Amino acid sequence: MGSGKFLNLRIAWRLLLAKRRAMLMSLGGIVFGIALLIVTQAQTAGFEQFFIRTILGTNGALRIQDRFQPTVASMVAHDETGGAAMEIALREGSTYEPGIRHPAQVLEGVFAFESVLAAAPVLRGEVAISSGFRTMEGRLHGIEITSYLAVSDLDQQIVRGSLLDFAQQSDGVILGSVLAERLQLRVGDTVFMRSRQEQRRFRVSAIFESGIELVDRVHFYAHMRETRRVLNEFERVSYIQATLVDPDLAPMIARQMEYAVGHHVASWQERERSWLEVFRALKLSSAISMTTILLIAGLGMFNTLAIIVMERSREIAILRSMGYTRRDILEIFLMQGVIVYTIGTLLGWICAAALTRTIESIPIRIRGIFSTDHFVMYWSFQHYLLAAAIAGVVVLTAAFIPARRASLIEPGDVVRGTSG
Amino acid sequence: MPASAPIVEVRRLNRYLGEGEGRVHVLRDIDLTLDAGQTYSIVGPSGCGKSTLLYLLGLLDLPDSGEIHLNGIRADNAGEAERTRLRGALIGFVFQFHFLLAEFTALENILLPLLRQRTIPEPEARAWAEEVLCRVGLRDKLHRRGNQLSGGEQQRVAVARALANKPPLLLADEPTGNLDQANSEALFALLHELAATHNQTILLVTHNPDLAQRCHHTLPMRDGRFI
Repeated sequence: MGSGKFLNLRIAWRLLLAKRRAMLMSLGGIVFGIALLIVTQAQTAGFEQFFIRTILGTNGALRIQDRFQPTVASMVAHDETGGAAMEIALREGSTYEPGIRHPAQVLEGVFAFESVLAAAPVLRGEVAISSGFRTMEGRLHGIEITSYLAVSDLDQQIVRGSLLDFAQQSDGVILGSVLAERLQLRVGDTVFMRSRQEQRRFRVSAIFESGIELVDRVHFYAHMRETRRVLNEFERVSYIQATLVDPDLAPMIARQMEYAVGHHVASWQERERSWLEVFRALKLSSAISMTTILLIAGLGMFNTLAIIVMERSREIAILRSMGYTRRDILEIFLMQGVIVYTIGTLLGWICAAALTRTIESIPIRIRGIFSTDHFVMYWSFQHYLLAAAIAGVVVLTAAFIPARRASLIEPGDVVRGTSG
Repeated sequence: MPASAPIVEVRRLNRYLGEGEGRVHVLRDIDLTLDAGQTYSIVGPSGCGKSTLLYLLGLLDLPDSGEIHLNGIRADNAGEAERTRLRGALIGFVFQFHFLLAEFTALENILLPLLRQRTIPEPEARAWAEEVLCRVGLRDKLHRRGNQLSGGEQQRVAVARALANKPPLLLADEPTGNLDQANSEALFALLHELAATHNQTILLVTHNPDLAQRCHHTLPMRDGRFI
């Protein structure tokens, strides 16, 4: 036996072993709860992170787009002599200006922000796209390939053909995979684009797959110069797409940039708010569900420790009569909770890591808001800390109540009750 | 009577138990002095306040009025922490039931108070605990758990545990109450021998008149008073 706190720990360990079956049940609950909490968080966060990566890789962190030009009138108050005493500016409304009229100037303003990694103008318009097989409505994006690659993952999304071909062909076009499939187009095929103004012929240079079904079904890219011709728009661009050093700061930078360049700037968080809310709700609900398991385990532990305190009141009294303080008794019973918590957390972490690794390898085909062929898990130590913290609160609260009760046992009352 | 200072001095001690109409005046203006190295027995009918007095002297309970001095220290108005310290340093208890921790071996049960007091290093504590257990005749059962010992052996371990810290005062509440005649005799002899060796004071509550008579002093009680 050791001394000091180690002595209390040793006593706690022995008392714990005496109730090993009940404690193993509680321990199992804690391990199970921690492991499932981590795994569900890893899974939900995995899909969320994957979605965010896809979104950032396709639409960028910021989008500088339309402009609302405020219109100001004035109300003049006259003094007694008929002169103007004061003039008050009145905001009567604002004029909507679609797109960006002077992209070069706005780009200059955008690059003035140190947090901007890259920015690229995009001209967008709805056009009919035809193959020999059928005609569909699509969304044409006119891009300057070099600058656009700096603000997107288009190069990583190419599944057929090559960007080099696109760069070298002035009439090249890059189609979304679903659109190409529906039009039965392959790389090298000819395709026609028709807007109200004009019909032009293009050649399929490459086919991309972003993983976002809506994008892959509607989007296609052409060179900016050709797009201007098709859309008959030689001055404006629809928006400027920008990437940031830290995409998490996008809302704050968007507000600052909006003020600086005078255009509406949408952060990716603002654009994808509804999906992000869905992921947040999923994470929260799974955390609540798994916490319930921990609560049940905690309740089991509370019961076990409460029974130990009841059964061991004589031993507690004799320890007190030997000079063990209330604090010692509190420690002895609290340590039983700490032991179960520590073992449970470590085993829970190990199980969680093993489960996460196993689930990652399970094949599953998902197409919709993103595209994946297996479960996407996100490894984050924060999930492990979160699970440990929740289990800690539950288990230590469950242990503290009986421990405090044990520490308050009056040895005189107990031994008087047992004297003959 | 030895000339040294008394180990226990009690003045006008009163204790009530119960509430309202059921409130009973258990101890009435008790005065008591116990000298070092002496053995005392308290005898009297059940309910006369013997055990209550023992628990008050052992600082397991608090008096309603009166003073308790242990080794010259006023203990009746001491705080919880001080009373716990005094209990650990000055008092050893033997109860009618042994109250051993069943999961611990006989040796470990003896070590519990020794290691808590931290007055000697662990190897010395272990050696002393073994010696005490040998003295109570349990040399071959050092590593038996409490629940693997007979009733008499368990009570001998309890005596060894109470004496392990060499407390100046040993309080024993019916220590032979659960033992047969032979074991009672042996345990009583053991208590006396060990207490004499270390000049310890024993205050023994018992219903056994034979054992009571073998103490240096017999203190008969009735209705909360010494008679």
